[in-house]
Parts: sequence; C-alpha cells; structure tokens
Amino acid sequence: MKLQKNTSLALYSVLEFAADPTRHFPATEIAAKYGVSAHHLAKVLAALARAGILESVRGVGGGYRLVCNLRRLTLIDVIQIFEDPGLPDGERGDSGESTPVGRALGVVLSEIDQMTKATLASITLATMLRLMARQRKAGQDRASRRRPRRASARNA
Amino acid sequence: MRQPPEAVAVRPARRGDLDRVIAIDAAVTGLPKRSYWLSVYRRYSGAGRVGRYFLVADSVGEVRGFIIGDVRDWEFGSPPCGWVFAIDVEPRFRVAGIGTRLLAAICANFRRAGVFKVRTILAHDNTLILSFFRSQGMMAAPFIPLEMDIEV
Repeated sequence: MKLQKNTSLALYSVLEFAADPTRHFPATEIAAKYGVSAHHLAKVLAALARAGILESVRGVGGGYRLVCNLRRLTLIDVIQIFEDPGLPDGERGDSGESTPVGRALGVVLSEIDQMTKATLASITLATMLRLMARQRKAGQDRASRRRPRRASARNA
Repeated sequence: MRQPPEAVAVRPARRGDLDRVIAIDAAVTGLPKRSYWLSVYRRYSGAGRVGRYFLVADSVGEVRGFIIGDVRDWEFGSPPCGWVFAIDVEPRFRVAGIGTRLLAAICANFRRAGVFKVRTILAHDNTLILSFFRSQGMMAAPFIPLEMDIEV
C-alpha cells in the first residue's frame, strides 16, 4: 500500500505530536524535519485540527498540540481524513470490472483491502510509539554490536 | 488507564470459576456456550495437562477475566510455539491492565515450556482484541488463514 504524500505527512506529524503530547509544535519545526514546505504542512495540520486530532495554540510559542486519546486513535482514523484506504467491492473504476475476470480480480483485491484495513484499524498511536521505541532500541543494539567488531579489526 | 481492581492475581482456573468464565464470554459474545466451556475446562485444566493453560484473573475471589492457550508442536509447519485461542476481560474491568497481566502470565508459562514465540488468530473485524494484541507488541505472523464453503 502506498500512501499519498499528505497522508504520510499527517501520520508523521501526528506521531511527532504523540511522542511529546504536552508540547506545542510550530509547523515549521516538523516541516524542516521532513523536508516539506511549512505552507504545505500547514494545510495538513489544519485538516487534522478540523478533525479534532490537533488543536491550534495561538500566540508566542504557539503552534499545534495533540488533543486526542493516544490509546484510542488508530492509523486508519488519520488516513481516512485524507484518502480511502481501499475501495468498496466493484468500485475500481476500470471498464473490465463487471466481467467475470474483473469480478474475480475484485474478490482478490478486496481480500487485500480487508487485511489492510484490519491492520490499520488495530494500531493505535500508543502502539506506534511502542513500535518506534523498539525500532530505536533495535537500531542502538545493531550499532553497539558493530562497534566492537570495528575495534577488534583495528586491534588485529 | 483505569486503576487495576484490588489484588488481581492470575492463577490456573478451577471448576468453581467456570460459571464466571461462561458469564463473561456470554456477556461479550451474546452467546452462552456451557457445553463448549465444560469441554475446554476438561481439556485445559487440572494436573497433567502439559503445555495447556487455562488461567483466570482473580480479584478478591471474583473472576474478572481469563486466557487459554497451549503449546503446539509443528502445526502448520511451525516449530513449537504458544497459541492463545481465548482471552476476555469483564467489560467494566477493561483498560485496567488485566488483559496485559493475563497475557504476561501465559507467556511466562510458554517460556517455562521452552517456547519463545506466541501466536493468536482473530477475526479481522475484531478491532478491540486486535488492538489489544497489537498494543502488546504482536505483529502479523508469516501465515495466511484460509477457508472455503464445503459444498453440500
């Protein structure tokens, strides 16, 4: 599954806010981190605010902050603001979809869509934060395993 | 997260727990299945049930949840691993860490039995329990469940 650019940006942003829910982030900070224009990101953040996931904070030190429940909001809740992850049966929009081949293909594609939706609907922001922590730890473990090998190579 | 109810202990199920287990399951699924649960109890409880675990979360003498699983050897071509096939917590005691305690307890049993992988299978629209297992760190397994209607 490939997400549209705005959807990916929304997920990155929401997870940045979720990692530090008490902090207000200006859009420019996240835009710089992910290499997009602040103007583009502002539109994405505004959509998240309209959906009740973020709240804009005005004044000095303002920006946005998260106002949703980390243990309730799932990836699909964010994605569906920007796109439909999978189309309903028989709505692929190609001319062959009403043929036997098209219908059979539709059954298979629908299986994939169901699995995709089930996965995205079962992963909350809190779960993603734990997954990110494990990824960080795995990265650190890999780095620490590499370091002694380099040292022993020098010693040799 | 709610505070856990006082003094929750996870222990092996006893015959006297079965009515509460059946009631919790019936409250959640809307379908009482007494004969099924009696059969599960006979197969999964008591001494000598090697690799089979039927555990309950007990709070001040009341069963608040349960978990059942076993170690399966070489099923689906997989090396021995633990399978959880039932877990439930009384709805008013959810989001208090009881499910986490139950899963941790059965995983401890699996570890003692020498297996270091735990699996489960769920309906893909069972978002609540899917989210729970995801929150515990479970990821998609390298298996695809398949089914078909058997023609009469």
